[in-house]
Amino acid sequence: MDPSKATPGRIRMAPENTLTPEEASQARKARRSFMAKALAMGAGASAAGAARAAGASAASSAPGAGDGDPAILNLPLHTRSLGQPVAARGYGVPSVWEKNLQRRESPGLTRVSAASVSFAPLQGLFGIITPNGLHFERHHQGWYDIDPSVHRLMVMGMVKAPRVFTMDDLMRLPAVSRIHFIECGANTGMEWGNVAVPTVQYTHGMLSCCEYTGVRLSTLLDMVGADTKKGRYLLAEGADGASMTRTISMDAALDDVMVAWAMNGEMLRPENGYPLRLVVPGVQGVSWVKYLRRIEVGDQPFYTKDEVVHYIDLMPDGTHRQFTSVQEVKSVITTPSGGQVLLDKGYYNVTGLAWSGRGRIKRVDVSFDGGRNWRTARLEGAVLSKALTRFNVDWVWDGSPAILQSRAIDETGQVQPKINQLRAVRGTRSIYHNNAIQSWKVSETGEVFNVQAF
Amino acid sequence: MSKRSDRPMRAVIASALLALMPFAFTGANAQPASAGAAAKPWADVGRPATPAEIKAWDIDVRADFKGLPPGSASVDKGQEVWEEKCVTCHGIFGESTEVFTPIVGGTTKEDVKTGRVANLTRPDYPQRTTMMKVSQLSTLWDYINRAMPWNAPKSLTVDEVYAVTAYILHLADVIPADFVLSDKNMAEVQQRLPNRNGKVVYNEMWKVSGKPDVQGTDCMKNCATDMNIRSALPEYARASHGNLAEQNRVVGPFRGADTTRPPAADPAKLAAAATTAAAVTQVQVSKGTALKPPLEIAKDSACLACHSVDRKLVGPAFKDVADKYKGDDKAAALLTQKVREGGQGNWGTVPMPANPQVTDEDLAALVKWILAGAH
Repeated sequence: MDPSKATPGRIRMAPENTLTPEEASQARKARRSFMAKALAMGAGASAAGAARAAGASAASSAPGAGDGDPAILNLPLHTRSLGQPVAARGYGVPSVWEKNLQRRESPGLTRVSAASVSFAPLQGLFGIITPNGLHFERHHQGWYDIDPSVHRLMVMGMVKAPRVFTMDDLMRLPAVSRIHFIECGANTGMEWGNVAVPTVQYTHGMLSCCEYTGVRLSTLLDMVGADTKKGRYLLAEGADGASMTRTISMDAALDDVMVAWAMNGEMLRPENGYPLRLVVPGVQGVSWVKYLRRIEVGDQPFYTKDEVVHYIDLMPDGTHRQFTSVQEVKSVITTPSGGQVLLDKGYYNVTGLAWSGRGRIKRVDVSFDGGRNWRTARLEGAVLSKALTRFNVDWVWDGSPAILQSRAIDETGQVQPKINQLRAVRGTRSIYHNNAIQSWKVSETGEVFNVQAF
Repeated sequence: MSKRSDRPMRAVIASALLALMPFAFTGANAQPASAGAAAKPWADVGRPATPAEIKAWDIDVRADFKGLPPGSASVDKGQEVWEEKCVTCHGIFGESTEVFTPIVGGTTKEDVKTGRVANLTRPDYPQRTTMMKVSQLSTLWDYINRAMPWNAPKSLTVDEVYAVTAYILHLADVIPADFVLSDKNMAEVQQRLPNRNGKVVYNEMWKVSGKPDVQGTDCMKNCATDMNIRSALPEYARASHGNLAEQNRVVGPFRGADTTRPPAADPAKLAAAATTAAAVTQVQVSKGTALKPPLEIAKDSACLACHSVDRKLVGPAFKDVADKYKGDDKAAALLTQKVREGGQGNWGTVPMPANPQVTDEDLAALVKWILAGAH
């Protein structure tokens, strides 16, 4: 097919239910011939029921041999009957047709589901904001739906006057709203040694981005008279069974850390820390303590379990790096991505996400030949510090195999590395902070595979 | 509100606010030390924490053992607690059942001397246990105290926490069988931890302003790459994460690959997975509909725009319909036809519209439910 004649977003009839492979091949090769049309329509008529069952999504929009597209010519039920009333759903839910997009566990990754992770379906998301119901999950000892009227936050330690806040109190304070990404330190951790999982949901799905609303931690520290000179560290502690703890740097606390109660315009979801969580922009998700109950100011790091036994990066010499917190510059093409099938040759809007824990994204380049040549992508919409940035780039697929990669550069000048560049310094057993360039191989059948190529 | 009345109203609000906040003008002069109070009128939100409250929550134990409560327990006592409360998940010797990762194993007496776990340098070593990694004894104590047992965190007494810690340390050959662990000797035992010297505080990734240790290359043309595929999923792992056709949207430029089948070898089969994906979804959708509670069907089929269960709206209440046809064995067929094709005259002059959108299964369930009283 001539790529210049391709129509963006066109849905191509998938013939395998109605034609034999030979017939399909023949129809494809000579689709403009009368013969092929007659063949397709004839077979299609005999399978009309099946086509209806398969839904409009799989139907051809081509006029075929008749007067036009049946989806246009035969008015559908929704055009001929009464729709649903307002407030049929007091809290709206996605279309029934979107059921395939779910957060999912990676089979075999963790041993118990109460201390596990579910991945966001990046392959189907748009823009930079993650819908609350698809935000990735990470729980250390199960999640709770805590009664907000009994939730308390205590700020104590090296402070003049330790203080207790109810949710009523906190939500009276001067609020700020900020858009930031949250990424688990172990995101892409399964791929340090080799390809391990098939799709972007599992390679990069411990990543989300929300507009958070809350009070700046610096406001609270000011209210209690924190000793910010000697107290260079803070402990953040959750109210869950694990009483999750992490050390936060005072520099970050005085800069952009928030104590947040809202995400994307509504209160936090229980899975994400309702009613209160810490937001530590640019820092790995484990530090964004959920169900936040206590902040302690101290003059030393607290050496919590997730700074001593987990979230430590094993180096080739057998030492572990400790307190690795910042999520460095990274990007990934989300469509097309592993496990997807391109429906046809021709034009594609290749799109993906870029982010850096050190600031704004400056530039994203995309390669279609395994990193030999690169083209700079368009940064779409808002380009915010420590937030996801959406990029788009045009591509006309000619049907031959291709390897797609994206490479981000942040405002500090750091360039996203290739996996071999990372391995040369950090080995293959680090688990955490894999920000390597991701490669997707598009095969000549249109199916996309997760591969490593450098 | 019109523009004309806008200004006076603002003035009224402003003067009202001023009247309510006299401290905003006097505070700064009266108390120079808290000059910020005037600019921060929220300063009194919240209340002081009481000493008892701080004690109840301030449970963390730092690396220098600040926060460690006094107490002690023997290794023997530890075994007792272990076998009662820990063994189900962690195994008799901390080697783990299949549920949790092992706590003990992979360390040697030599490691206890050097403070470096030799096995961590071996790329082929299969697993990293807690005792191979832990560099701070305070952390072990703190975590058991705050989070264990798994299903009943914070139920151990202080001495039981010492006991369990002692038992783990003994299993890892850090302390002898007759040892009594206490707040007095924790610092000494710290000096015997196998991996106590195995950590590097890495400031470059602690500070936002840190310097990266790995830098990519921003080459644009003819860049170095061998174009070879170095790693890919093996064929047998194709369906390891389920059918990817069911994990992608049913419209758009892509579908999910049908991983219940091998990848198409023939380019002519481009997009072969697409219809399958849509069909799979559709099957799931219709299955879900059939299992829906009748009230949900009524809601989704727009019946509730005109009917309710127990009140007359535009059309009759479902309960009234049930009463009218009580004992009539032809009612189901009649009602099915009425819903499907519409009708007029039985309940007044407002016509009932046809409802071709309701599936046969849903309609049958709906009619049965209504005639049974719509409970």
